[in-house]
Amino acid sequence: MTQLLRRVLLSDYFVLGLSLLYVAAVAPFTPGFVSAENFTNILSALLPLLVVALGQTIVLITGGIDLSVTAVIGLSSIVGAMAMNHETGWLAQSPIAAPAGVMIMLLVGASVGALNGIAVAIARMPAFMVTLASMMGFSGLAVWLTHAKTINALPSGFTMLGGHTMITLAIVLVVGICVHVFLRRSLWGRWLYAVGHNSRASHISGVPVGGITFFAYVASGLLAAMASVLYTGQTETGSPVLGQNILLDVIGATVIGGTSLFGGKGKVVWTLFGVLFLKLVDNSLNLLNLSIFAITIAKGAVILLAAYLDSLRNRFVAA
Amino acid sequence: MNAALQFEGIDKSFGNVPVLRDVSFTVGAGRTLGLVGENGAGKSTLMNILGGNLRSDAGKMVLEDRPYEPAHPKDASRAGVAFIHQELNLFTNLSIAENLFVTGLPRTAGFLINRHSLHQRAAKLLEQVGLDLRPETKVENLSLGERQLVEIARALSFDARLIIFDEPTTSLSVRETEVLFSLMARLHDRGISMIYISHILEHVRRRCDDIVILRDGQVVGEGEAIEFSTARLVSLMVGREMNQLYPTRKKAAASTPALEVERVNEPGIVRDISFTLHHGEVLGIAGLMGAGRSELARILFGLDRYSSGEIRANGKPLIRSGPRQRIKHGMAFLTEDRRHEGLCLDASIADNLMLVALRDYTRSPLRLVQSGRCRQSIDRLREEVLLSPRAHDKQPAKTLSGGNQQKVVLAKWLLARPSVLILDEPTRGVDVGAKFELYRIILELADAGTAVLVISSEIEELTGICDRILVMSQGKVHAELNRDKFDRERLLAAALPREART
Repeated sequence: MTQLLRRVLLSDYFVLGLSLLYVAAVAPFTPGFVSAENFTNILSALLPLLVVALGQTIVLITGGIDLSVTAVIGLSSIVGAMAMNHETGWLAQSPIAAPAGVMIMLLVGASVGALNGIAVAIARMPAFMVTLASMMGFSGLAVWLTHAKTINALPSGFTMLGGHTMITLAIVLVVGICVHVFLRRSLWGRWLYAVGHNSRASHISGVPVGGITFFAYVASGLLAAMASVLYTGQTETGSPVLGQNILLDVIGATVIGGTSLFGGKGKVVWTLFGVLFLKLVDNSLNLLNLSIFAITIAKGAVILLAAYLDSLRNRFVAA
Repeated sequence: MNAALQFEGIDKSFGNVPVLRDVSFTVGAGRTLGLVGENGAGKSTLMNILGGNLRSDAGKMVLEDRPYEPAHPKDASRAGVAFIHQELNLFTNLSIAENLFVTGLPRTAGFLINRHSLHQRAAKLLEQVGLDLRPETKVENLSLGERQLVEIARALSFDARLIIFDEPTTSLSVRETEVLFSLMARLHDRGISMIYISHILEHVRRRCDDIVILRDGQVVGEGEAIEFSTARLVSLMVGREMNQLYPTRKKAAASTPALEVERVNEPGIVRDISFTLHHGEVLGIAGLMGAGRSELARILFGLDRYSSGEIRANGKPLIRSGPRQRIKHGMAFLTEDRRHEGLCLDASIADNLMLVALRDYTRSPLRLVQSGRCRQSIDRLREEVLLSPRAHDKQPAKTLSGGNQQKVVLAKWLLARPSVLILDEPTRGVDVGAKFELYRIILELADAGTAVLVISSEIEELTGICDRILVMSQGKVHAELNRDKFDRERLLAAALPREART
């Protein structure tokens, strides 16, 4: 019995199973939940969130945290839109507006990540404080840049990336597989886990701990900017406050999936299932016409439940 | 002989694996009983049953003529049974006094803590254990030896009549160990019964009235301490005749220098250290805790800075700091702190084994790890260091015994094929059988030409495996002895600080 419980709890597919159970339990009471159209909705809400959450997974594996991802989403969105909109953009009407705009957005994300990385890896400041400060600073900067206005008239070659679910799916699939291969098979990926498990032992064993930590924040900033490309395309609007409400979704989903806040543990599929579960809860409560407050309360409860399951799992690993 | 505690027919299994089988013995009232056995012999399980952390499957315990069935650690302390653990259980952010009475702080008006009475009662207890410190001192400012005395004072605070010491001297200096032993002698005179668990058999023979030997969960020998020689204890523990405690060297050291240290200085840490370590040589560094031995090792490996002097590995000067450059020059460093600096405890055995050399197991341009080659090397390493075959590669390293953990740390360095190997307390917390295997590996490496620097607090160990021993005291090298001149007394005398010498 305990053997079985143990296998279920420690399985990679535990949260996927939980998601399926949730669908089965909620479907009878929720009109329109099980339909092709609704599943497409869930998918398009899930894909960009997954990209941000993958970046968060990388940082959490090293034992850090990145609270600045929402600021990165807003800032890259607005900077990208300023660069490539048809009316006032520097790249307006240029044939390379869309690819150049994407590059600029990614550069913004990587730069914010690099600043976080320098502060955490070289100045050895606590990740929580560093990324909290950069969240405040850069989301402030994003709003200030356009005096809180949004920017429309984005090139269609750009909005297609996030606006067309199949294209988005293809992009996210490629990103997901790359991150997966990186974490499981590459030298730097394996070093990320080692740093998260024990940075002192890793340093003595010759692992470039500072470089790895720096890299994790750059990767997180880059992936958040990539999510910003998708979100901005989805809404066809550059907005400085884009993504400002998703921070808890990002960290919640990653942790529900099984990635540890203490470092050393995390997988792409775990995060995928965590994001799926959270979005299923979100979507079904929406369909029930619950208020946003009730949904928030329910999500809080779900994240708490996930934290409890995580501590249960840890106990089973220890046993 | 009156009994303080009797174990009668204790059985315990985990799943289908019997861990204790029909264990019966008696701790005499007011006597000190030494409990010895290899890791996995069942000592910890038996103590967990005694402490109320585990229930036995069969058998019973009798504490001072009354049946004793602790269901919880609280029952044990209420019955007057106290444990002094290897990993100390103190709140380092609190004061000594607060630690002593953490479960029953003296109060006024029902809820305010009465500092005055707290400190008075604490001072009385500190006096009993001979600790000359103010009760309001924070525990984080105490040495490990002092913390242990605080734990003993805590045991006395609830009138413990049976105190269990589990590997108490593992992290203590020679002098702290002596302080502990004289306190144990005083407790003995007061009629307190004790169980003393240790791998250091000389200490057990010296400190205990009686000895019980456990092997594979069974009592394989018991009697008064004077009946046992160290050699007999060892052969009872491992279950075979140990003809020798140390393996023999097959080859002599070469004369080519592997590590040259010239006038290395760091104010307050080390002074004017110069020596040459040759290929194929095992060089020991003896000294008391705080003599600067571990600090020197850290400087040699580039972890700490030094203000002047030169270090050369295989003839090349080491200029930049940091372990990565040292590893490139063929150096390896097994630190004294296995749990915090040696292993990633939660990571798998396989990941730990590959940590140092992983860079060499990748294919460019994406630097993907070649898992097939890794698996081959892991299998080879496991055979080389005789890692317990029961352990699975994917198992977390923390599930291994101390000896097997140390084999993993050593093996991860071996994979990088070092030419200079620095070992800081390589056999700390390791049982007799695994110790012999570690010595064998170290000497085989030396036979193959590796230069080995061993730091150890166990003088027997150094005289057993080294070709030459340096003795450090107060940051300086005070003596150098070749193998034919090894002498315990001379080594100890050179290790004492200047002002303590007569």
